[in-house]
Amino acid sequence: MHPILKLIAQRLALGLLLLFAASILIFVGTSILPGDVAQSILGQSATPEALANMRRELGLNEPAVTRYFTWLGGVLQGDLGTALTNGRDIAESLGGRLKNTLFLAFWAAAISVPLAIFLGLLAVRYKDRWPDKLISAVTLTTISIPEFMIGYVLIYWVAIKWRLFPSVAIINDSMTLGAKLNAIAIPVMVLTLVVLAHMMRMTRAAILNVMQSAYIETAELKGLGMLKIIRKHAFPNAIAPIVNVVMLNLAYLVVGVVVVEVVFAYPGMGQYLVDHVSKRDVPVVQACGLIFAAVYIGLNLVADIVSILANPRLRHPK
Amino acid sequence: MTEPLLKVRGLKIGATAYPPGEKPVAIKIVHGVDFDLEAGKVLGLIGESGAGKSTIGLAAMAYGRGGVEITGGEVWVNGRDILKENLRSLRRLRGAEVTYVSQSAAASFNPAKKIMEQVTEAAIFQNKFSKAEAEARAVELFAKLGLPDPENIGNRYPHQVSGGQLQRCMTALALCPEPDLVVFDEPTTALDVTTQIDVLAAIKEAIAATGVAALYITHDLAVVAQVSDHIMVLQQGDMVEYGTVDQIINNPKEDYTKALVSVRSINHEEKTPTDTPVLRVENVTARYKGTNFDVLKNINVDIHSGQTLAIVGESGSGKSTLARVITGLLPPSDGQITFDGRVLSPDLATRPIEDLREMQMIYQMADTAMNPRQTVGTIIGRPLEFYFGLKGKAKQKRIQELLDEIELGDGFQDRYPAELSGGQKQRVCIARALAAKPKLIICDEVTSALDPLVADGILKLLLNLQKIEDVAYLFITHDLATVRAIADSIAVMYQGKVVRYGPKSQVLAPPFDDYTDLLLSSVPEMKIGWLEETIEHRRMESAGN
Amino acid sequence: MKNIPISAMIGLFFTGIYFLMAIFAPWIAPYGMAEIVGDVWEPSSSEFLLGTDSIGRDLLSRMIYGGQTTIFIATAATILSFTLGSIMGFFAAVSGGWVDQVLSRFVDLIMSIPSLIFALVVLSVMPTTVPILIILMGLLDSTRVYRLARAVAVDITVMDYVEAARLRGEKIGWIIFRETLPNALSPLVAEMGLRFIFAVLFVSTLSFLGLGVQPPQADWGGIVKENKEGINYGIQAALYPAYAIATLCISINLVADWILNRTTSLKGGRG
Repeated sequence: MHPILKLIAQRLALGLLLLFAASILIFVGTSILPGDVAQSILGQSATPEALANMRRELGLNEPAVTRYFTWLGGVLQGDLGTALTNGRDIAESLGGRLKNTLFLAFWAAAISVPLAIFLGLLAVRYKDRWPDKLISAVTLTTISIPEFMIGYVLIYWVAIKWRLFPSVAIINDSMTLGAKLNAIAIPVMVLTLVVLAHMMRMTRAAILNVMQSAYIETAELKGLGMLKIIRKHAFPNAIAPIVNVVMLNLAYLVVGVVVVEVVFAYPGMGQYLVDHVSKRDVPVVQACGLIFAAVYIGLNLVADIVSILANPRLRHPK
Repeated sequence: MTEPLLKVRGLKIGATAYPPGEKPVAIKIVHGVDFDLEAGKVLGLIGESGAGKSTIGLAAMAYGRGGVEITGGEVWVNGRDILKENLRSLRRLRGAEVTYVSQSAAASFNPAKKIMEQVTEAAIFQNKFSKAEAEARAVELFAKLGLPDPENIGNRYPHQVSGGQLQRCMTALALCPEPDLVVFDEPTTALDVTTQIDVLAAIKEAIAATGVAALYITHDLAVVAQVSDHIMVLQQGDMVEYGTVDQIINNPKEDYTKALVSVRSINHEEKTPTDTPVLRVENVTARYKGTNFDVLKNINVDIHSGQTLAIVGESGSGKSTLARVITGLLPPSDGQITFDGRVLSPDLATRPIEDLREMQMIYQMADTAMNPRQTVGTIIGRPLEFYFGLKGKAKQKRIQELLDEIELGDGFQDRYPAELSGGQKQRVCIARALAAKPKLIICDEVTSALDPLVADGILKLLLNLQKIEDVAYLFITHDLATVRAIADSIAVMYQGKVVRYGPKSQVLAPPFDDYTDLLLSSVPEMKIGWLEETIEHRRMESAGN
Repeated sequence: MKNIPISAMIGLFFTGIYFLMAIFAPWIAPYGMAEIVGDVWEPSSSEFLLGTDSIGRDLLSRMIYGGQTTIFIATAATILSFTLGSIMGFFAAVSGGWVDQVLSRFVDLIMSIPSLIFALVVLSVMPTTVPILIILMGLLDSTRVYRLARAVAVDITVMDYVEAARLRGEKIGWIIFRETLPNALSPLVAEMGLRFIFAVLFVSTLSFLGLGVQPPQADWGGIVKENKEGINYGIQAALYPAYAIATLCISINLVADWILNRTTSLKGGRG
């Protein structure tokens, strides 16, 4: 087998292992900590009998290990359990919301990724001159404000003062794509601003790192033009670090989505999660937590694999 | 008289330094240099670090590396002053009329592209040759440069060939577009000495065969004497002396040139071994954790008190590992070490403090061997305090004595390492070792990061201190000139084994084993024609076999 | 205090102001924290400099007390994450071997789940009190400090001067405190600034989601939550915390940048 395939297989196995460990961690986080789910649901005034009934119903009398494997077995078959608060099937409630969340994240990524790479290139091109300094000043500011505050600042100006886009992002399946995009315009802006800063800074660093290599000087001393140098010598080596940057930031975007959905009352997974955390609906929290963790681990895995694939030393072994 | 290919007049080069927390300062690197280079000739530029030689070399392409800027003068190439040209016409000069070979081919090749594509790129881009012609020419050059399998080596990626081979590929890259002038910037400095001679010979032959002119930049006068027609000696951005190779090597006029020519001619009389060695290494075999390969194989050497054992070998020979085993950083898997009559514990952690005190170490990079946040006084004072409990006035006095001994004198106690020059740093490290009053000092390539004249000063100091303090040295080095200058006995290491061991006079006298012969004959000598003689000699020997 | 660049001066100045306000909040705030003194969302006036909030409390007072809560929680969490993270990181680096492996893999595992998600999972079963918030944030963030501290320590322990100290026979204490720590301090202090910023953003986010500091206690994230409806009527009350957080975080960033630059310049160059 080609060593690179072996390496990738190893990474995939490692990713699965990590996901498995993460599921344990999430389960432990909600089960073994001092909080008692039954007490939480029924409140402080619950009678001992009611508590005991509730515990039996939830299977809390079983040992934790048994409960974990029952839960995991269900998850593997697509059964995420039922919500405590309304008795609905979690997988069913999640389906549409997951779709909405991915829709929002997709458009945020579609705008922020090219923009970040473009701005990163621009900052490198004008390194240490005013465009570079302006870009880094703006990104410093956006890094220093939490997502939800960027959200409200934008609502205040874009939606209320200038009346360009709606301040609440409610979408449903019957809307046209245009209407949907109009609805999510401000949330997409917020998410873009949030990830843009990190992504652009890291892209800038990655490109600078490549441009300072000795082989770029060699190319310059061959008399090649700047564009040709970038296309033929810088790009093939910069692609891996840039993909890495993009993947790490998409993982970051996933977290940003949670808060932004709450701000804009967007019917996605993040809002669903936050809602059920306050209601102490443990099965829902577990399910959402696991899905978020899986996406996060998956994106990091992709970044890893791309780095391996792009490394000429691994691709063409001695 | 015909116009020379390259004519440099009043060349001034500067840069901007950014000292932390202060305003940027303009610094001058080259202060007005004049020289000519005729077509087909080779001019050697020689000088120590900071002499401005690389900067001058790149100026022949009107290129300033990093923040370096050409601030004045004229550089005429093929009858045009290239400093007056715009970037567009400079791009027709670079890679076509003038090309460049850097010190580190490994970094100068794009890791993501095949060698052939990179070697032929300039020739094709500059419309000198078609793709097919350029590739044919590259194969021809690969063959001329003695690369194995010249037909196919171009299909490999840079990481798939060895360092010496890649350096030859870099030469092919520079020669492929049929330039008028090639700038060679220390092309063999990073190579092992036995590899260097072959690359050097290949470069020389390629220059002769193509009739190209060259600027050959190096800090090693013996190397430049082999390939050049003329030599220009530089110091701190000024020209010291210019002349033919013969004149510079055999009849230097300036003191600085004389010093460079006579470098490493320290005369050291070999001492006779004593009866009881201070350190005895017996049957030592060692490997690193997690590997299944012995880095050291059954090593046996002795060091006699007050004498110097030089361990010589190329990179990967295991010579530094031997130092780690002796100091206890890497416990050996077999064998034992006796120090001053006592068997040493294999592991550093279980050695008594006296054993640690009596064996000190000096490192190659003085920069990383001293804590940047401690003053010279603290650095030298710590062993005094730690081993002898010296405090206050007594400690101060002893520190000053040690500073005097290493010829630094007053005013150094409160300085930080960053405020010292390379040679001064190494002297402080020597003082720190001496402070412990050791019986043995392990010197790991202590002069190889230094310029030749500075290194000479350090070697003289070490010899002098040996007389005063009666300390033994284990001197690890790859440089045979250093070995000749300082050793009483020598052990030659190759692939983890000691292949030759004995008193200096015996080790350096024939008959030789194959490796020692190769190693000794590969060291460039300050003699015109040495390269041809050696290559010819080797050819005859291999023909004889 | 010479040679401090102007940006770092500004940073130090604002950071100082915020911390002083947090410490002396009860003396500076014109009204009590939960005291209802006026109408709902009164505009700014000489009586109420920033106006009043959604139930008629003085917004300036809420902001000052809110700053106190936010800064206190963030500081406590940073101290916790720092102490724990750097001790474990140094310990792992100096011990090496399986200790390092076990600790590092465990940290990898924690970091494979986004901090916010992990915090939400835990908060779904834990009561949201200030000590629990501090412990939770401190523990989660210590993983990042651990990674940095370990990396820095590993970098330094391979230096020749550390080897020289070991060969001299120095004890582990000298090696950590005299050889390693002085050289590791600056990157760690700079990182501390960044961790503090992260803690401020994190606790504000949790409070905004209703899972952090509980009313009536004021904190910057909570003030946004309480006043967010006002935005729709063009009332800026919810935006003040945004300005406060932004200026505080930018100031600390400027200081951290300066500390980092100062370190790198120490390594190179003479004089």
